[in-house]
Amino acid sequence: MSRKRDKREVIVETRNLAMHFGGVRAVDQVDFTLYDKELRCLIGPNGAGKSTFFKCLTGQLSPTSGEVIIRGQDTTLAETHEIASLGVGIKTQVPNLFDGLSVDENIWMSARRWKNSKRARSLTSETIERMNLGDMRRKTVNQLSHGQRQWVELGMVVAAEPWLVLLDEPAAGMTHEETARTAELIKEINTQAALIVVEHDMQFIRMISQQVTVFHEGQILMEDTMEAISKDRRAREVYLGSRA
Amino acid sequence: MNGNDTLRAMKPVFVFALIGIVFMFAAPYALQLFTIINLTTAIALSVLALSLALVWGYGGILCFGQVAFFGLGAYAYTIAAINFGGSTWAILVAVLVAAAFAALLGYFVFFGRVSDVYLGVITLTVTLIFFSLIRRTSGPDYKIGNALIGGFNGVTSPPLNLPWNTSSFLFPEHVFYVAMAALILSYVFCGWLVNTRFGRVCAAIRENELRSELLGYDSRLYKLGIFTIAAGIAAIGGVLFCNGVGRITPDVFNLYNAALTIIWVIVGGRGTLIGPIAATFGLFYLTSALGGQSVLNNNLVLGIILIFFVLLVPKGVAPTVTDWFTKRRKPAHNSRRRRRQGRST
Ligand SMILES: Nc1ncnc2c1ncn2[C@@H]1O[C@H](COP(=O)(O)OP(=O)(O)OP(=O)(O)O)[C@@H](O)[C@H]1O
Ligand SMILES: [Mg+2]
Repeated sequence: MSRKRDKREVIVETRNLAMHFGGVRAVDQVDFTLYDKELRCLIGPNGAGKSTFFKCLTGQLSPTSGEVIIRGQDTTLAETHEIASLGVGIKTQVPNLFDGLSVDENIWMSARRWKNSKRARSLTSETIERMNLGDMRRKTVNQLSHGQRQWVELGMVVAAEPWLVLLDEPAAGMTHEETARTAELIKEINTQAALIVVEHDMQFIRMISQQVTVFHEGQILMEDTMEAISKDRRAREVYLGSRA
Repeated sequence: MNGNDTLRAMKPVFVFALIGIVFMFAAPYALQLFTIINLTTAIALSVLALSLALVWGYGGILCFGQVAFFGLGAYAYTIAAINFGGSTWAILVAVLVAAAFAALLGYFVFFGRVSDVYLGVITLTVTLIFFSLIRRTSGPDYKIGNALIGGFNGVTSPPLNLPWNTSSFLFPEHVFYVAMAALILSYVFCGWLVNTRFGRVCAAIRENELRSELLGYDSRLYKLGIFTIAAGIAAIGGVLFCNGVGRITPDVFNLYNAALTIIWVIVGGRGTLIGPIAATFGLFYLTSALGGQSVLNNNLVLGIILIFFVLLVPKGVAPTVTDWFTKRRKPAHNSRRRRRQGRST
């Protein structure tokens, strides 16, 4: 990593972060740095520890050891809602929606967290338009298809107007077309916010990628551009060889 | 949602409130005094049902011991009214005692992140602890101020009096008016609450607590809030109850009553407020009718009703009726109407 980049503000930093489940070292001594307005992809084989790493960043898990620092604040032991309240938008790997509520109400819940009621309503409508969910805004979200549910969740992330966005497999289960739209959306979000995106879909990563971090057995194997990583022998062995 | 929208979403609430007001003024002309006194007890119980409909149906918190706050309210009212020599401030004391106790209990439960199942167990246990503790308070040693607690015999509750004249007690038909007014006001209050930001956040937490946290809501605070408010409403029911019956005994805290409260909400339907109120009246009159005969055991019939509903009408009466109507009407405003009613009736 070049020295020049260090001029940008560091917004996420982990130091020696570790999360152990009994004997399983799901995350092991991870030093990770994300700069302002950066778009970082996280890849790695199943069980590499990506989601666990996300959960440590978002307060869903308390790390076994190490530190998480978000914009200079130590958030290692912070509650999830406290981290979200810093302005962090989060999409988990397992879909998390308000299942019995309408699309409208789902997005509104996000908008209303920070905005007054009038602004929240207009923001809800804008977001629904932006996500192409206009036709189904009165439907309860458990009536929607998998891809549409992903969009509702992305809508919730966007409506909070976060400056840091963490997306765990945002394109999982989406059609080709939907995936491409998601890539566009992520680039759009990136004009306002920094992102960390976990994905398996290589084509998707190529659409959006700048810097890519490869996870393997709870550790960072390497960090580079997608081109460099596809050429790297070690990375291909643990990951690309079996997939791309 | 701004004020206007909240009012619009509350339309069904006002309709039912209006029906309640008509009933309130018509009933004393149409019914005998005995029936009116009986009705007062049913109203008191339906306020209890309303409080569980709020905390369980909207807040998603299965409080198995909602009747504890009801009983606590009744005892607090009785003891305070005896000591104050008047009922007005005693009502306030009843609500505050129940709400404060709920806030304390809720603090440990929600901030300790006790799981939902244990919450049910804990609230039920607390209820049964009240039952056995208060049963043991017979004799002159157990008194609060001037009021003997009275053990398993209970205490005679001073009747309500006019706020400006502590020696002018209300007649049973007036207590009926007060009870009906309290029920209607509590109902409108709950109908309003579930349409506010606070109420909608509570409903969202019920749907997915993690998601609400990921959006930055501190779910513990909201759960504590709705739990405390519901306890205060249950206490109002308790005040009405001991006025209707004339005394309060530890039996209010028994397992039967704890279970009955749950049955009202299951039969009436979770996620509605009017359903459990209606179910309480219905079951109250059913059990009174059964009380007059000896062929069928009361508890057996209740058990059968519960099983019937769990198996065949799992959503409860009110949501099933609503679904049935929305399906029959043309689907033009269909989903919109359902969404509104789901939130506010
Ligand atoms: N709560 C838990 N308890 C025990 N082990 C866990 C737990 N969560 C994750 N693990 C283990 O930690 C390791 C890392 O899992 P994680 O879900 O972080 O992987 P991942 O990189 O997100 O994989 P995927 O690509 O399949 O989503 C796995 O071996 C998993 O079995
Ligand atoms: Mg994962």
